[in-house]
Amino acid sequence: MEITIGHYLALAAILFTIGVFGIFANRKNIIILLMCVELMLLAVNINLVAFSSFLGDLVGQVFAMFILTVAAAEAAVGLAILVVFFRNRGDIAVDGANMMKG
Amino acid sequence: MTASMLLADLTLMTPELMLAVGALALLLVGVYWKSELGGARIVMRLTIGLLVLAAGAAIWLAQGDGGDTFNGAFNVDAFSLYAKTAVFFAAAVALLLAFKFLEAEKLAKFEYPVLIALASLGMAIMVSADDLITLYMGLELQSLSLYILAAFNRDSLRSSEAGLKYFVLGALSSGLLLYGASLIYGFSGTTDFDGIAIAAAEAGNNVGLLFGLVFLVSGLAFKISAAPFHMWTPDVYEGAPTPVAAFFATAPKLAAMALLARVLTEPFGAMVDQWQQVIIVLAILSMAVGSFGALMQTNIKRLMGYSSIGNVGYALVGLSSGTAIGVWAVLLYFTLYIIGVAGAFAVILSMRKAEGMVERIDDLAGLSKTRPALAWAMTALMFSIGGMPFLVGFFGKFFVFYAAASAGLVWLVVVAVLFSTVSIAYYLRVVKVIWFDEPTGEFLPAPAGVAFVSRATGLATVLLLPFMIALITLVVNAGGGLGG
Repeated sequence: MEITIGHYLALAAILFTIGVFGIFANRKNIIILLMCVELMLLAVNINLVAFSSFLGDLVGQVFAMFILTVAAAEAAVGLAILVVFFRNRGDIAVDGANMMKG
Repeated sequence: MTASMLLADLTLMTPELMLAVGALALLLVGVYWKSELGGARIVMRLTIGLLVLAAGAAIWLAQGDGGDTFNGAFNVDAFSLYAKTAVFFAAAVALLLAFKFLEAEKLAKFEYPVLIALASLGMAIMVSADDLITLYMGLELQSLSLYILAAFNRDSLRSSEAGLKYFVLGALSSGLLLYGASLIYGFSGTTDFDGIAIAAAEAGNNVGLLFGLVFLVSGLAFKISAAPFHMWTPDVYEGAPTPVAAFFATAPKLAAMALLARVLTEPFGAMVDQWQQVIIVLAILSMAVGSFGALMQTNIKRLMGYSSIGNVGYALVGLSSGTAIGVWAVLLYFTLYIIGVAGAFAVILSMRKAEGMVERIDDLAGLSKTRPALAWAMTALMFSIGGMPFLVGFFGKFFVFYAAASAGLVWLVVVAVLFSTVSIAYYLRVVKVIWFDEPTGEFLPAPAGVAFVSRATGLATVLLLPFMIALITLVVNAGGGLGG
């Protein structure tokens, strides 16, 4: 069987959906949320690189590089906020983030 | 690319370059200044100056022709320059509001103004974006700075929770936006807006492109807090330090809205029939959430959060027309809305009693007896945000509704007017508490910057009326180029 662009797109779509569902289904640990965000971004990268190769156009790979860089910065900011939250609360359960409602 | 071309491109980026270099220089000033508080004060003042200078540079560029720079990645036109000027002034006002508050709350750190400058830089890049990569980089620079600002009061559980919620949902929205961008790239073969416009015009029913557009719009809807992507807004407004909430409600809203207007009308102008329904759904849901969600609120910052969701809904009504009138009406709407909201937050920042800041609506009781000037200002601002006739806010609402009606969406205008009537109820409740309830205690005198902003904006809701024609000419020149 030959692997076509459709296979790559399906893989990226599945990974992206897992990432989105992870954010909404996970109620225990905020670090898992960060991992889900990362999974979404990597799914996008698969999409971009596959399209780039399919179209014979380099811009997609450049875009993927930018996303990798920003994802690293985003993870750093996210972990910093997580540490601040942990110091105030003492745990990192998603259900615990419920001071404000309504 | 020759040196002279590069120089011409860089000249058109003057405001961004000033902010980028200035923010880095100010970081150094903050680090090497002897005392922490003194460093924070000097960096704060310098940042306000820097933002005003950048706004001046944007106004100066608006006298020229502008143009596409960096091989069509960065578009300097009347629209982006107008949005930049408004963003820089709004950011400067937000810093003016923060000045004394941060010192009183022991939050005076020099990182605060630097983060505001970097967020403004991100917003300036995103309103000029003419390429999906530029769009993403600008948006992320803005978002990453805002995540940190939301959690700026790091010893407060509420602030760190607000930051965390904003971060997780913001990262999710960036993911959606990027997935959309990857699909658009794949199905149009380019990330350049002009190229996408050609692809969108050729393939009217391209499902892949439409999918990408829907994802991209959902990502941007998070940033402008349009329902159903609004859930972070009330929490972040309530939890974040008040000057941060004041900043969130003004500059980033206008920048994200301007970006959405450009994306919808420039690259996807040919697909107006497809995205119009999406924007209408977002508009109706936002107006409903904004109107009914705010009715039960007791915290005034939370009320402002719901109010901003509703106001984004009205702006989207104008944008859904897909015409040039819609684009400039949205610019006008947000300009007037920013004036109202900056003033409302200045009043909220004046609500300091001997025991500290208070933020319940009931704490405003009897303000008309204890602080008449503030009471008049808040009344005018609430009515202006609510769109009462013969205050400036009315004209914003009038023209977004006019844009929708002239595009044949009369039923949508009727729905919007009904929601607008409901939303008047909670603005009136604030006014009732101010004028008819018995005072429960007096506020301490507000710091000079805050008092200045609340008075100036309160007066502006009336004094701008004779200049409405001039303001409308300005936004028509800025936004008239976009849209069919």
